[in-house]
Amino acid sequence: MSGHESSYTPTNAFTRWLDTRLPIIRFAQDTAINFPTPKNLNYWYTFGGILAVCLAVQIITGIILAMHYEASVNGAFASVERIMRDVPYGWLLRYIHANGASMFFLAVYIHMFRGLYYGSYKAPREVLWILGCVIYLLMMATAFLGYMLPWGQMSFHGANVITGLFGAIPLIGESLQTWILGGPSIGNQTLQRFFSLHYLLPFMIAAVVILHIWALHVPGNNNPTGVEVQDVEKETVPFHPYYTVKDAFAIVIYFLMFALFVFYAPNVLGHADNYVEANPLVTPAHIVPEWYLLPFYAILRAITFDLGPIPAKLLGVIFMFAAIAVLFVLPWLDTSKVKSMRYRPVAKQFFFGFVATCMLLGWCGASVPTDPVIKALQGQPTLVVTYTENGSEVTSEYKGGGEAYEDAKSFMETLPADASPSLSAVPAPTFQFKHLSLILTFCYFGYFIILFFIGLTEKPKDVPESIHKSILKRHKASTATAIPAE
Amino acid sequence: MTDQTSLEHGGAVDEDRRNFIHIATGAAAFGGAAMFAWVAVDQWNPAADTKAASALDVDISKVPLGSEIRVLIGGKPFFIRHRTPAEIAAAEAVDIKTLRDPQTDDERLRPMQNGELNRAILITSGACTHLGCVPVGPAQGNTGEYGGWYCPCHGSEYDTSGRIRKGPAPLNLPVPNYTYVSDTVVNISL
Repeated sequence: MSGHESSYTPTNAFTRWLDTRLPIIRFAQDTAINFPTPKNLNYWYTFGGILAVCLAVQIITGIILAMHYEASVNGAFASVERIMRDVPYGWLLRYIHANGASMFFLAVYIHMFRGLYYGSYKAPREVLWILGCVIYLLMMATAFLGYMLPWGQMSFHGANVITGLFGAIPLIGESLQTWILGGPSIGNQTLQRFFSLHYLLPFMIAAVVILHIWALHVPGNNNPTGVEVQDVEKETVPFHPYYTVKDAFAIVIYFLMFALFVFYAPNVLGHADNYVEANPLVTPAHIVPEWYLLPFYAILRAITFDLGPIPAKLLGVIFMFAAIAVLFVLPWLDTSKVKSMRYRPVAKQFFFGFVATCMLLGWCGASVPTDPVIKALQGQPTLVVTYTENGSEVTSEYKGGGEAYEDAKSFMETLPADASPSLSAVPAPTFQFKHLSLILTFCYFGYFIILFFIGLTEKPKDVPESIHKSILKRHKASTATAIPAE
Repeated sequence: MTDQTSLEHGGAVDEDRRNFIHIATGAAAFGGAAMFAWVAVDQWNPAADTKAASALDVDISKVPLGSEIRVLIGGKPFFIRHRTPAEIAAAEAVDIKTLRDPQTDDERLRPMQNGELNRAILITSGACTHLGCVPVGPAQGNTGEYGGWYCPCHGSEYDTSGRIRKGPAPLNLPVPNYTYVSDTVVNISL
């Protein structure tokens, strides 16, 4: 809380002198040491600290990798291989950086869901939330730009698809796309500008993180009860050592998991195709973005119908960007005065539904749109024999297993030679991933609309009068059942 | 936070639990940071491919008599000079007591596979021992006062054995590690 009084007293002549000129020690004391923090924060609140370390890890390893990387279409792929094979510990630095992106996104998603659950986006923290959305947007841009740099097959064709989205914009789309690529297609110039921006954006993220923390320190932390601090003395503890240690513990645990990926499964989150050098003439059979962008990719592909004058391609792009844009206006979509889902029995159910929706969208994004969602429900394909009779095309269908094939074959043999028969298999209609994607897309947007209406009708549970009272109540409940207070 | 509430209710702080978390967290954090620092420093060392590029096989049969060829190994210049009998004689005739960096001509040669010295071929570093300029030689039409090399930067003069004779340079042109792979091929390494 920036409103809290500064408790710093300079102890010697130098700090007194400095304090009247650049009160940097006072600032550090007030923001990182003495900052009054609600004493009931749980481990979900450690992800802010985890994310700060993730950003630092990405910047440090990124700066080192840039010392060995060559941003040119002829040298990029080879320079990455050189990093992996020849540069001392280059494999480790690159694996940390590549998996670090995934760890960063995993942490940011938990951090965001935490904010959604405890209503951290609501007044007076709307700007804090919006700045977080800006960081998220910058992260996605940075990750996308960085994914192009190894100049593998996925790099090239992924970038091709995403920059192609801009081509869907009416009127200016095509010239905008040419401007972004710096030519008719992705070339050396594109790689160079992407590298430059990939280096720049993390520092912009760092700058917005500073604003994010500033905006956090004005109203202070939200907490699991969603009730604001009323008594600073009773309900808060200084940030240090209480939360520095709690955050540090969580960070170390998180990084143990991170290390598990780096050392034991460094490529499990990537795609084998990206170890094949970019070839503009061959697109990989199954092209997907990194896991953390899959839900948006699923939304993009879910829209396969035109809406009035808007073609499907543009509509998909609109929905995909809207999926992110809706987060920015969330503080005004949620009408409930109660922040924490702990006390919102109805909205809580929808929240968990929303989490499931996002994960299922990710699954859809990773799957082939026309594949059946449940393979067992896929019926047997229909065999269709197409042939010419009296100058017009005629078809004959055969259903069933191997017998149908035999029947179709023997039928084809009975036809005259000039009928030129051909056999094709038409898969039985089934519930495909594109159908699931569309349903989930509506669920995704539906959550935000439902929040608006639930807020008006839902009867929340009794919200505790204060943080202190809520802690006392929980403690009593736990001692009564003789379970250690934890 | 549990401790806060339990304190208020007369409970005690579990010091062992706290210490365990502090030490475990601190050890993981500082251990991780120290190991990463090692990586961050070591990655600036020459990479495996850079190290691999620090040796070169050179065909000495193509060096014209009375002249030299220059090769770069790992970015560093080396001279391979095919000396005339007169140049060899001049190099051997020098009284080494008069030299700044006393070395006989034989000491500056390496034996061939049969154990004999190939006096016609002199291999030295191409970097002046003063401040690292590359001296000019027979190919540039200036071999200096002593018939070897002349450094245009600060006027160091080297003789036909690559020894420093005049000027600010303190030492002879160093002889690199090299071996005769055959009669006509030498392998020079940094």
